[in-house]
Amino acid sequence: MSSGNALQDLADRIVAQAKPGEQVEAYISRGGETSIRIYEGEVEHFVSAQSESVGIRVIKEGRTGYAYAGTLDESVLSEVFAEARDNVQFGSADEWAGLADPDGVEKVPQELWNEELAHFPTAEKIAIAKELEKLTLATDSRIRIDDANYDDAYGETAFATTSGIRAHGRENGCYVSVGTLADDGDETQTGFGFSVGRTPTDFNLARAAREAADRATRLLGATKPNSKRTTIVLDPYVTAQFLRVLSSSFSGENVQKGRSFFAERLGESVANPLVTLIDDPTNSLAYSATDIDGEGLAARRNVLIENGVLKEFLHSSYSARRGQTKSTGSAVRTGGTPGVSCLAMQLVPGTATQEELIAQVSDGVLIQMVQGLHSGVNPISGDFSTGASGLLITNGQVGAPIREFTIASTLQRMLQDVVAIGGDVDWLPMSANGMSLVINDVTMSGA
Amino acid sequence: MGTLSELVGKETIEKVLAKGRSTGAGFSEIFIEDKRSTSAGLDDGRIEQVTTGRDRGAGIRVVHGETTGFAHTADLSEAGLLQAAEAAAVAAKQGSGGVVTVALGGIDRHQVNDVQILPNEVPKTRKVELLERANEAARSIDQAVVQVSAGYGDSVRRILVANSEGVFAADDQVRTLFRVSVVASGDGGMQTGYDSMGRTIGFELFDLYDVEELAAGAARQAVTKLKARPAPSGALPVVIKRGSGGVLFHEACGHGLEADLVGKGASVYRGKVGEMVASSLVTLIDDGTMSGEWGAIGIDDEGHHSQKNTLIENGILTDYMWDYLRARKENHLQSGNGRRQSYMHLPMVRMTNTFVINGTSEPDDIVKATKNGVYVAKLGGGSVNTASGDFVFGMTEAYLIENGEITEPLREGNLIGNGPQVLRDIDMLGNDFAMGNPGTCGKDGQGVPVGDGQPTLRVKSLTIGGTAA
Repeated sequence: MSSGNALQDLADRIVAQAKPGEQVEAYISRGGETSIRIYEGEVEHFVSAQSESVGIRVIKEGRTGYAYAGTLDESVLSEVFAEARDNVQFGSADEWAGLADPDGVEKVPQELWNEELAHFPTAEKIAIAKELEKLTLATDSRIRIDDANYDDAYGETAFATTSGIRAHGRENGCYVSVGTLADDGDETQTGFGFSVGRTPTDFNLARAAREAADRATRLLGATKPNSKRTTIVLDPYVTAQFLRVLSSSFSGENVQKGRSFFAERLGESVANPLVTLIDDPTNSLAYSATDIDGEGLAARRNVLIENGVLKEFLHSSYSARRGQTKSTGSAVRTGGTPGVSCLAMQLVPGTATQEELIAQVSDGVLIQMVQGLHSGVNPISGDFSTGASGLLITNGQVGAPIREFTIASTLQRMLQDVVAIGGDVDWLPMSANGMSLVINDVTMSGA
Repeated sequence: MGTLSELVGKETIEKVLAKGRSTGAGFSEIFIEDKRSTSAGLDDGRIEQVTTGRDRGAGIRVVHGETTGFAHTADLSEAGLLQAAEAAAVAAKQGSGGVVTVALGGIDRHQVNDVQILPNEVPKTRKVELLERANEAARSIDQAVVQVSAGYGDSVRRILVANSEGVFAADDQVRTLFRVSVVASGDGGMQTGYDSMGRTIGFELFDLYDVEELAAGAARQAVTKLKARPAPSGALPVVIKRGSGGVLFHEACGHGLEADLVGKGASVYRGKVGEMVASSLVTLIDDGTMSGEWGAIGIDDEGHHSQKNTLIENGILTDYMWDYLRARKENHLQSGNGRRQSYMHLPMVRMTNTFVINGTSEPDDIVKATKNGVYVAKLGGGSVNTASGDFVFGMTEAYLIENGEITEPLREGNLIGNGPQVLRDIDMLGNDFAMGNPGTCGKDGQGVPVGDGQPTLRVKSLTIGGTAA
């Protein structure tokens, strides 16, 4: 019997112990990682580690209890089940609480396991990270390396519920990254580059090296700009981060609980008609592609905004029951009761290159990096303010580098102020894709 | 639960450390952790669920020359630990060395925190009641309060660290936390309020602090912001209320004083020991021994006693913070700052409780002396690029200062500055020191609990990232 089935057997065995009147869900995972860091041509650290975990959710008479442990040790498993049961009595009765029921939606199979990576020799992983460090150093004499890293991970999960959902699967992937420092006199700027793949042969080390060097060197000599209203062009990487900030506002649960500025706006125009935004984890190009959601239902394509009009909110089985609708396969695990989130956001691209978009801007800023999205953006009120760095745009041409400024608006306004979407799609290692995006009328704060 | 030394005997630990060095490595270390946690959440008027968690395992680190090998396991049997030690040893160096023996003495304990009521001995009902009290208190503040979520969390973390240099130390770290977030709704949309409290103590936290007061404060913050105007855009003087702006120092210089970043030349403070790096008003301390504070620890996660370290004294940089590896590399003493998120992580240089000590100004005088500016009553998170020194932090509760008086509330936004410049620009420092909210500091993907604090102070110019001209 394969180990994947062994995990499924364990999940099934836990669920089979449910008592009458109890709904039980068992979520088992096991995985491992290799993490190699190179510094000045030597291995700085090499981490090789395995981990496992079990989470058990029990629901009885509308009350939920949950417990987890970072081991599959038999003695601890029974303790976890007992704790989850004990915790049930302290939850409030909630008429919508419950497990997902199978809904008949077919899974779209995803190729998430790569056999080549599973057997990839350690010495070659080290050699890849060393090669990345060497390539990056060779790009520019002003570049130093902070660290060059190779990371890979694999995981197997199994899932069972008393409502009849069973799912097991395995996934692996690998990642290289390099952090750079560029010096000019007393000034130091930093950059980073990365490449991801299902297997190391997918890596584009040359691009990672070039981007890491460019990000750092282009900021040398950057000055602090004056404050003004301006047009911004977001680099694909920044656009993906911007999309992520919007994610929680599409959650049906947040709408129900009064935490989304999109509430009451279904069918209305919430963005410029250029904007069509979907959440599609079944698109295998997406880094976060998956065939099932956090409740074991088939992942599926959902249209969030179509030509500027708000089309749909996302649901787990909980928010679906509460809203008298169907799950959209958008449950995510955040502990016990699954939450709701976008899984793989995709803005439908335009056709222009970044150069063509910039050529249309008479006075603006190309935003190449942002800092502090977690502290300066409030997805409930919509207030948006983030630190940034980039290049000034004058008469359609990029010019001098600028840094230590913020860009601010509100999320609601920025969606309406989108004036162009690039065709330069980049499938980044995030749960959103990226492309150049032009937004008008943003406040830049500097000196 | 049994103690860790009962779970894993000294002889086993000695064998594991010897195994770690069996390929010729100079240093081996075992870090054993057993952490039990309980959390409970209330949202939308309901107790969503109570969660209990258990994480138990060991991380084994082997250092061979400049290379660190690391492996971790949830299997604490002798066989499981020896297997992990071998994996770490092989990771640090291929090939085989000689036979090594390691002998340890008695377990060293350095107790800084004093726990009265172990949270795992408190009935869960009492934890859930706190959430309901907070919910009611927040909702009773104003009709505009439309949503409340509250969270309770406690953890009992037992650690045991031993290494081939004879370190053999243990610590029990008990933390208790409570947080409230509130949404208020009005004509101009929605606004949020947030507050939290947390100490490295037990359930007696709730004898010392009132959850109703905390919840009411978060609710008032949200309701007040409904009338807020857009924050200014551009450079202005900023007054930061006591106990709310420690994150400024955490970001503006704390990370830049971590010896691992300095050693790689990734800090604007490299090579600056003995130099004036801040206004002479500033004395900055990192103190892991501050009993009961959120970042207080008896020992760090490398088994070194926590310490009180002066980083900046009257504006002059006196020292960086150190962990085992960096101290060894530069022939410096460790400072008790080697920390890790869990047994699954490698230790690195981290802050504990980082704070600026009192100045002499009356806080009211600082506001009065500011003709036009911004008064920040609550800061949110922040982040820094240690190499360039540029940092941001969010203001979650702020007001305009007009003609020396605090006036209208402002909407949220980030502030941005450059660390070395902002430290020089601190021109008034109050005499009203207070520690701030419990924080989680993230570095290289690991989160650890940290505290911060400062008296009311003024920075003569910071860039406010609002939208108002």
